[in-house]
Amino acid sequence: MNDNGILQGDFFIDGDTACAEAAICAGCRFFGGYPITPATEIAERMARRLPQVGGTYIQMEDEIASIAAVLGASWAGQRAMTATSGPGFSLMMENLGLGIITETPCVLVNVQRAGPSTGMPTLAGQGDMMQARWGSHGPYEIIALAPSSPQELFDLTIRAFNLAERYRTPVLVMTDEAVGHMTERVVIPPSEEIKHYPRRKPQVPPSDGYLPYNPDPDGVPPMACAGEGYRIHVTGLTHNEKGYPATVSVETQRKLVERLIRKIRDNRDDIVELHEDQVQGADVVVVAYGISARTAARPVRVAREMGLKVGLLKLVTVWPFAENRIQELASQVKAFVVPEINMGQIALEVERCAGGKAQTILVPHAGGGLHDPDDVLEAIMRVSRWNREPETQNSKPET
Amino acid sequence: MAEELTNLLISEHHPMDSLLRQDRLPHIWCSGCGLGTVLTCFVSALQKLELDLNKVVIVSGIGCTGRAAGYLNLDGFHTTHGRAIPFATGLKLGNPELKVVVISGDGDLMAIGGNHFIHAARRNMDLTVLCVNNFNYGMTSGQVGPTTPTDARTSTSPYGNAEHPFNVPYLAAATGATYVARWTALHVRRLERSLIEAMNKRGFSLVEVISPCPTYYGRWNKMGDALEQMKQYHDHSIIRHRTDPAEADISLGGEIIVGRFVDEDKPTFCDLQREAVQ
Repeated sequence: MNDNGILQGDFFIDGDTACAEAAICAGCRFFGGYPITPATEIAERMARRLPQVGGTYIQMEDEIASIAAVLGASWAGQRAMTATSGPGFSLMMENLGLGIITETPCVLVNVQRAGPSTGMPTLAGQGDMMQARWGSHGPYEIIALAPSSPQELFDLTIRAFNLAERYRTPVLVMTDEAVGHMTERVVIPPSEEIKHYPRRKPQVPPSDGYLPYNPDPDGVPPMACAGEGYRIHVTGLTHNEKGYPATVSVETQRKLVERLIRKIRDNRDDIVELHEDQVQGADVVVVAYGISARTAARPVRVAREMGLKVGLLKLVTVWPFAENRIQELASQVKAFVVPEINMGQIALEVERCAGGKAQTILVPHAGGGLHDPDDVLEAIMRVSRWNREPETQNSKPET
Repeated sequence: MAEELTNLLISEHHPMDSLLRQDRLPHIWCSGCGLGTVLTCFVSALQKLELDLNKVVIVSGIGCTGRAAGYLNLDGFHTTHGRAIPFATGLKLGNPELKVVVISGDGDLMAIGGNHFIHAARRNMDLTVLCVNNFNYGMTSGQVGPTTPTDARTSTSPYGNAEHPFNVPYLAAATGATYVARWTALHVRRLERSLIEAMNKRGFSLVEVISPCPTYYGRWNKMGDALEQMKQYHDHSIIRHRTDPAEADISLGGEIIVGRFVDEDKPTFCDLQREAVQ
């Protein structure tokens, strides 16, 4: 550990611990949370570590309060985070919307477990991917990242803090029980090698007509915090550039919502991160994210050994969705195979972008475990077979 | 001489102008609502307190009272329904230099936000909560709420309220608040003094104000016009400092015990956390 309390070096730790250490490296000094399996270890680690670096941990009375406190701490000038799992994630949806409309940078980690409801608290799931996208009310755009390993959970937690500041918005880290509880080697680089995107502050003094919601050319407004003398008014109501409510102005609503969406959508090239493995020239591309991208690696390798041309496209950023890339690939490949630990969520997005130009085959898993690699292999072989023997296409398997 | 006197009495600026967002006035509150008086008392208290106003933050939830944050020329946060207290908790812990005041209504703080209220009191979080109690949900046009007296009529208790109401000071005291007071909107000087004491208090302080809602609650319960309702609350009030708040229940048409019920010192969340980690 360095003098400043920040870890550096090689560690053998689980994903949840890596996530907490990443937050500390990223400058997070406030954590408001509530215990929930399988995310509790993040809270436990933060409770121990934050006081060592001058930060504050508070265990709130529920997840609603947790995210509310995180938003408040962000407006007090802190980098702030909470971590939860499915049931708590649902409780956070209302204030996630408050974070989006008030443009409050913060990070929300969801260590997904199998649902619905209490479901299987100790076992993996990926059933919250659409909730991540659409769970709060009203129109909005969201950023969600999906790590496949403790190291990636570390790296993406740091990236989440930077994206949150860069775009002034809550950022979701959508991991799962398997990654959260998996213990592996995690390399924590020296502090000076960790990128920090600083909070964008107003360039004018308080007296000089600062408009809290007047955006820079990239659609993101500089952020004055509480106590800095700007006397800001921040509301969850539809508001104008001054931050004042304009609850019956359809024009203000249109301008605000369009900006909130465009500041993310127009920067997809910066936000969307994909890992591609032999995707170019492939007949079949497996599109996967999180732990399922890791499960898919073996069946992809076995299929290649059988002579099939199979690529693996890992969605490191799940939201905003990699629309352009999937559209582009749809006219080059025969089919997409999408394994996910739910009954079909991201597969719907792939299918939408494929636009009928390529088949989309879901390999579902109801939750509570990872895919059997043979199920993914079977799907790859099935679609490869159709492509070689078009006459069998009529007997399409269930998708 | 007469002209000089007139000039002394006429000012272009109201003495509270600097603390109000004039570009947001007139406010949306109904004529006769107690909120104007309560806000005046709050501003007056702020003017008497020697605080750096750049460090005073107002947090509101949703409802008629929830709009208060938007009229004060201070850093103000108008949050989601019931969530003002946990948001304020994050602000305070994120920057302990801030003086954080929650101004919200009885429905916001006691029903949807009730859980947050009791836990902030239990932790002795260093916040001041001003709860404006008009016995119903005004913003949504007068429904029954957690403080509506038994038998009172509202749009969703048309046969009379079948529930027992919360006694707000009792709840606050029982869950750990270190300062608890109740006044009506007509006790302007006493209310102002209590607000000063509450904001000077380290720890969780609660000031409840019984406030008329002539548009809904008053009309449903045939309490007359705004002035009559305000006068009725004032006339039914009995000042009893240091009384056991357990005895301060409010019944329909009954007496309203007001005063400063609790004023004690104990370590705040921040004090105990600092001690624990050292």
